[in-house]
Amino acid sequence: MILQTLAFYLFAAVLLASAVMVISARNPVHSVLFLILSFFNAAALFVLIGAEFLAMILVVVYVGAVAVLFLFVVMMLDINLTELRQGFLQYLPIGALVGLVLLLELLVVAGGWSFGPELSAAVQSPIPAIAERSNTAALGDVLYTRYAFLFQGAGIILLIAMIGAIVLTLRHRDIRRQRIGDQIARRPEDAIEIRKVRSGEGV
Amino acid sequence: MEIGLAHYLTVAAILFTLGILGIFLNRKNVIIILMSVELMLLAVNINLVAFSVELGDMAGQVFAMLVLTVAAAEAAIGLAILVVYFRNRGSIAVEDINMMKG
Repeated sequence: MILQTLAFYLFAAVLLASAVMVISARNPVHSVLFLILSFFNAAALFVLIGAEFLAMILVVVYVGAVAVLFLFVVMMLDINLTELRQGFLQYLPIGALVGLVLLLELLVVAGGWSFGPELSAAVQSPIPAIAERSNTAALGDVLYTRYAFLFQGAGIILLIAMIGAIVLTLRHRDIRRQRIGDQIARRPEDAIEIRKVRSGEGV
Repeated sequence: MEIGLAHYLTVAAILFTLGILGIFLNRKNVIIILMSVELMLLAVNINLVAFSVELGDMAGQVFAMLVLTVAAAEAAIGLAILVVYFRNRGSIAVEDINMMKG
């Protein structure tokens, strides 16, 4: 039990420290790497509490896909690093104030409530004992039966996100684009030609 | 000292606050703002899983998985919008996103 306590404090401390580094690192690449570290520690916390499948999903989806996507975009965009830091200190007081108030409120809420007595009767899909059903199997039992429509909805959301990302970033070379400069520089003399046409002769 | 629900809720609360702080501080860099949103969603996931285990209800973990899905989709679309925006403006600062103010 003491080992579990020590592990919790270790992972939580590294998680929060790397989260601080994510928002305060000077280089966006370092931010992404600290984001990966914080996801790993969150996965370790999930393992500690007994949600192994979600921990693995967190590592696979976030570290394997989302963080790599972030890294890709950070390296693809040619951004000026010194410009990015401007305004950090300017927004620090108001940001710290809002953050502090919010944190105090959240802690008050977290410390000042208790479960209702009828709550244990309202449990819809109880977790089976770990000895007879593993976490992954138990999750699958409810995910593919009771929450099948939500599961399919999640799949549709991912499909729409994939199509949307492709549509947004796909670039046709020969497409007709809007050229605002040309539109503004257009004058009536260039566009319209006025001719006098005598009757009965045609143009 | 037994590690219980309150510990996880506290960690999640601090993580959520850090996410909000990141949105406030990094006004010049939309990428870090997207990462802060990811941190906030991670805090929500920790809350969902902690309550799920505490109450013995599997629904919380199913919901955490759905939140994970939506977070992945949001990151993909957000980064795609960011790439398109950078192609058009050559900057990713929040203050420059004012082309449509009319």
